[in-house]
Amino acid sequence: MGRRLNEVESGVLFLSGNEAIARGAWESGVHFAAAYPGTPSTEILETIGEQYPEIEAQWAPNEKVGVEVIAGASFAGARVLSAMKHVGLNVAADPLFTLSYIGATGGMVIVSADDPGMHSSQNEQDNRLMGRAAKVVILEPSDSQEAKDMVGAALEISERFDTPVLLRVTTRICHSKSLVKVGPRMEVPVGGYVPDIAKRVPIPMNARKMHSRVEKRLLELSDYGSSSDLNRIEPGDRSLGIITSGVSYQYVREVFPEASVLKLGMTNPLPWELVGRFLDSVERVIVVEEGDPFLEEQVRARFLVPVEGKALIPLEGELNPEKVRKGIRPETSIEPPFADVPLPARPPALCPGCPHRGAFHVLSQMKGSSTGDIGCYTLGLMPPYNALETTVCMGASIGVLSGIEKAVGREGTGKLVAAIGESTFVHSGITGLIDMVYNGSTGTVMIMDNGLTAMTGGQHNPTTGRNLRGEPAPAVDIPELCRACGVKHVRVVDPHDLPEMKRAFEEELARDELSVIVTRRPCIMSYRPDSRAVAELDAGKCVSCGACIRLGCPAIRLDEEGRPEISRMMCWPDCNLCVQVCPTGALSKDMGGGR
Amino acid sequence: MTTTTNVILCGTGGQGILLASEVISYAAMASGMDVKKSEVHGMAQRGGSVSSHVRFGEKVYSPLVEKGTADMILAMEMMEGVRWAPFLSPGGRLIIPDLEINPMTVNTGQAEYPDVVALLDGQSIPYSQVPAYGIASELGNLRVLNVVLLGAVSSWIDRIPEENWLAALEERVPARALEVNMTAFRRGRTLTLGQR
Repeated sequence: MGRRLNEVESGVLFLSGNEAIARGAWESGVHFAAAYPGTPSTEILETIGEQYPEIEAQWAPNEKVGVEVIAGASFAGARVLSAMKHVGLNVAADPLFTLSYIGATGGMVIVSADDPGMHSSQNEQDNRLMGRAAKVVILEPSDSQEAKDMVGAALEISERFDTPVLLRVTTRICHSKSLVKVGPRMEVPVGGYVPDIAKRVPIPMNARKMHSRVEKRLLELSDYGSSSDLNRIEPGDRSLGIITSGVSYQYVREVFPEASVLKLGMTNPLPWELVGRFLDSVERVIVVEEGDPFLEEQVRARFLVPVEGKALIPLEGELNPEKVRKGIRPETSIEPPFADVPLPARPPALCPGCPHRGAFHVLSQMKGSSTGDIGCYTLGLMPPYNALETTVCMGASIGVLSGIEKAVGREGTGKLVAAIGESTFVHSGITGLIDMVYNGSTGTVMIMDNGLTAMTGGQHNPTTGRNLRGEPAPAVDIPELCRACGVKHVRVVDPHDLPEMKRAFEEELARDELSVIVTRRPCIMSYRPDSRAVAELDAGKCVSCGACIRLGCPAIRLDEEGRPEISRMMCWPDCNLCVQVCPTGALSKDMGGGR
Repeated sequence: MTTTTNVILCGTGGQGILLASEVISYAAMASGMDVKKSEVHGMAQRGGSVSSHVRFGEKVYSPLVEKGTADMILAMEMMEGVRWAPFLSPGGRLIIPDLEINPMTVNTGQAEYPDVVALLDGQSIPYSQVPAYGIASELGNLRVLNVVLLGAVSSWIDRIPEENWLAALEERVPARALEVNMTAFRRGRTLTLGQR
């Protein structure tokens, strides 16, 4: 351990798809990369930041800005990359759709990391449909080697055909590791910024010409795809022809080693000549693809031949070898020797010591609740809190709260607040807050400031005072920002100071004016505490009332007498919530001078 | 059926499953094999169930282990072992520790923690219980529970010689924690070598 990967110029590395994309960017001479973190894409920029200092890399406040800054750099002749989770592409869709018209000067790669199965997402959208709607090239790697190699291929296509390229990956590509042959970095000079108004200002007069160029480009790209080694026919048994892409290719090869396979690495536009040749060479055609019938519908519509697909292969959820086998040759299914037994679920929970626990505990005790947002604090919906009632997308907690008030009035919103993290607030909550000010909403917005973007593993953001590489950076002052937007009542509270937290909710909810409560306490991932203190029980004083267990702290469980047992392994030294809620003083903890 | 060895590691967030699956992968690589490993990050890691699939052999396609085909399942928490047991192949083996971690659903009284041993015996699931929590406590570092279990599981994986396990540990474990991890690995391995 210890050597940075930019010092490894050849050999074989064991890389995740995300690490391989970072490597591919480095080897292909990418100059600049920007992203907003989002599972399963986050490690792409993290790896670039940690391993490849030759690439200028930064966290953007949101995906739209991420794509805009790489677009500018591409206009100036730099090779660029932006990465995001699938729903991030919705945020970046506005620049993407017009960049398709404008094209790329320096090679431009946009990575969309989709999450079939929704391991860590709110929907299962298939961004191949987005790429097709934007009329850009889509490449789909099926392992880490291809993920690395396709970054280079994408940059070349981008420059040759003057188009952004969508590198579409999925959770199983991003977070699976496999062996990758690596090479040195190729240095590519930055072309320099040359103004070209007809190319880059899509006023209608220019945009009409741009659109014609895009349609012509798609035809040329289809021909290119038929001869490119990104797509290939693997001849086999003529009675079973499978068209596939992405990780599904691996499941197909695992389950049907004898089949004829059309393996597509470039899935938009489709290589029609090659697809036609494949159809002619086999007797039965089945499309095996995760998500929507993207390939299936296009092949059927183009050739008007019987093509099977979603009738056999599930549209919902993630694929795996079992599902592919069951759909096509159910008689070969493997009978597991042992059965599933019903077991208690193990859902995720707020960590011991989590700052959010204090806020949700108080809100829940007051019979209050929240419109929620995207982050760890979405877990406020879980028992014992039951204190979060809606989640739509990044930033929506604020607009939704405001809309409920518009429909049913302030009385009707009761003890509902908007709950949003500081990173999500900067991403796209701030416009919602400005709307509340402008349109006279009177609700309470709780900005949960834990000092980093936590859900994705702990990244810096514009409020933390550090950049992607951990270097000092200017920090946005959230309370001042809210005041500058016109919010008159802004207060900052430590969410682990339970009486103060309660007072804040009571006072702000009683107001008939808009207010912001910033709950500020660092995420436990952001520092190592000095102390190793653990909460201790004086069993003689415990009356088994259960107040401590109602905190929902994973470090606390009850023994047979209903008394708490505190896990020494899990108890967080800087947290004393259980001590605060214990009515008899049975729990104690040495908090020292601490934080 | 094929020459691919399938291993599943499971447990709860924060138990070191990712490190353990990394060590298995590097040990298999050092033994000249193709390797794939797959896991899920993000929401799943906030104390929820976590699993990692590792496959190695001459040529590996799918990064996921198919149900009913795992040669070894290494559980870092007892109930999670039962949850993943249906992935075992007929000749496979489950390794469980001496550690129960209540899920929040049990803590809040929505569910009861099951009798794991009764559930395993009820289906005659071949398993070995390794006192990894006890050993890790003895070693004064509860975090090495994962590596004790890794040592235990290594006895059943003939295609990886011992020196490659040790080399993989050296490669993946930070230097300051290497000694205690090496001891943990050997304790686990010694314990199960006799059980084969």
